[in-house]
Amino acid sequence: MAKVIEVNNLTKTFGKTIAVDHISFFVKEGEIFGFLGPNGAGKTTTTRMLTGVIPPDSGTAIIHGYDIRYDPVQAKQGFGVVPETSNAYTDLTAWQNLMLMGELYGLPRNGAAKRASDLLGTLGLLERRDQKVQAYSKGMKQRLILAMALLHEPGLLFLDEPTSGLDVQSTRMILSLLRDLNRSGTTIFLTTHNMEEANRLCHRVGIIRSGTIVAIDAPEKLKAAIDRVHRIEVSFDREISGDALTKLAGIIGSSRIGDKWQITAEDRDTAIRSLVTFSQQNRVTIVTLNTLAPSLDDAFLRLTQEAEP
Amino acid sequence: MNPAELSEQVRRAWAITKKDIRIYYLKGPVLIFGVFMPVFLFLAFLMGSRQLPLAFLVSGLIGMTLFFTATAVSPAIFPWEGSAKTLERLASCPITTEAIVLGDMIASLLFGIGITMVTVIIGLSLGLPMLHGIILIVAIFLAACCFSAIGMLLAVPPTNVPSNIMMLSSLLKFPLVFISGIFVPLEQMPFWGLVLAGCSPLTYFTDLVRYSFTGVCYFPMLADIAALVIFTVVFTAGTMYLHKRTMPKRM
Repeated sequence: MAKVIEVNNLTKTFGKTIAVDHISFFVKEGEIFGFLGPNGAGKTTTTRMLTGVIPPDSGTAIIHGYDIRYDPVQAKQGFGVVPETSNAYTDLTAWQNLMLMGELYGLPRNGAAKRASDLLGTLGLLERRDQKVQAYSKGMKQRLILAMALLHEPGLLFLDEPTSGLDVQSTRMILSLLRDLNRSGTTIFLTTHNMEEANRLCHRVGIIRSGTIVAIDAPEKLKAAIDRVHRIEVSFDREISGDALTKLAGIIGSSRIGDKWQITAEDRDTAIRSLVTFSQQNRVTIVTLNTLAPSLDDAFLRLTQEAEP
Repeated sequence: MNPAELSEQVRRAWAITKKDIRIYYLKGPVLIFGVFMPVFLFLAFLMGSRQLPLAFLVSGLIGMTLFFTATAVSPAIFPWEGSAKTLERLASCPITTEAIVLGDMIASLLFGIGITMVTVIIGLSLGLPMLHGIILIVAIFLAACCFSAIGMLLAVPPTNVPSNIMMLSSLLKFPLVFISGIFVPLEQMPFWGLVLAGCSPLTYFTDLVRYSFTGVCYFPMLADIAALVIFTVVFTAGTMYLHKRTMPKRM
């Protein structure tokens, strides 16, 4: 799959502070890439460099084959940006904001009007299209910003905390639209603090800490990688001895918790296969079986703490 | 379509112009300031200088009107948009900094020309003859371009606090009016005054307006036009170059 974003040794300093320190990564076409990190880690600075808002001190960022530093206009033509804070013109109506975007992206007026109507309809803003944005709620402003970013049907979308502080309705609407967009081929670069959101949406996540990337992988792999010993919770329809479980292949320990057994295993796959074989051979039924994997929150905290100087 | 092509960027600059006019210029207080400020300055001077001919005073009024209106709003647009984060939106759109500056300049130019036409009509209705109408139109257009560029130059310091820029703007604009032969005829100025007047584009514009109404000018007419062209080119190139450098510092 083609690389839509290719970042090599990107660096940015503000005075003596190194905000982003020689980071390198790529985002493949059709991917939802989550960019995670604690406050002040360099997420927004990186996004701003990738979207051409500020220039990097060194390194390159290639977007759709164009270097954002040397061919910024061509690179920007191919993506849309949804910043954390709404930056629509509040003295203009939603419709005027969208038409302005249409002109800035060089869209024919009729095409822009049709697309704007469709987007406003999808995002539940059509009835208030002629109202000035200053009268909009935060959720409505954020939906409008998304519509403005999507007007030119970009192949790549940058989103910075798109659902931060929004009500449930707006959040669901935006996340559902992002999934639909991704299904139809749009690549998404998502900066977020919301681990659950990243876990559910992203194909891969990159974690940045103090300006450097500390991990890039699929959320499940990241979660699995942080714990070498896995935990499995299992319950049977009758009493089983702990010793019998500990002797099974792949299992290194067991402890009774209520009516369940909590198993520790070096290899989760081998342990589960052993438990299933054990239940078949001893004619016991497995009532519940849960893998107690660490959450993305755990992975994030572990990775960002490990990287702390 | 190549979005980086000059024609495409000019089209996008026009979108910026329309946005500016809607948001910043078609506002009651701005229009009132544009008309009243020069009129009251003119009236104040008319009361105290009755011996000066009407053609001289109206030419000064037209000069002040164009200068104040073309530089009234443009210095504050970048700071306003920087603080409202809308500049960040523009920076992430496929439009160059030069095109954004051009769009802002065109809006300011159109506003300046529109309001100045009102003062030209006032002058004509007071009985002044129009001897060189074409020269007046050329002079107004060139000066509007030049003053719009000055307005944008004033916005170069990368602050997002509009009042800082407006203070700087007033500090530069008012002295410029007093050295440009608007209140004191160039013929009556001492040598040092003439040297200062030569550094102000407003001097050449006012001289051309007087030529349009009276057929007489202090500098040769073509020299006035050449000076305005040179100032316009230098200020426009300068403001585009400097804004390109300072824009990332506003983000």
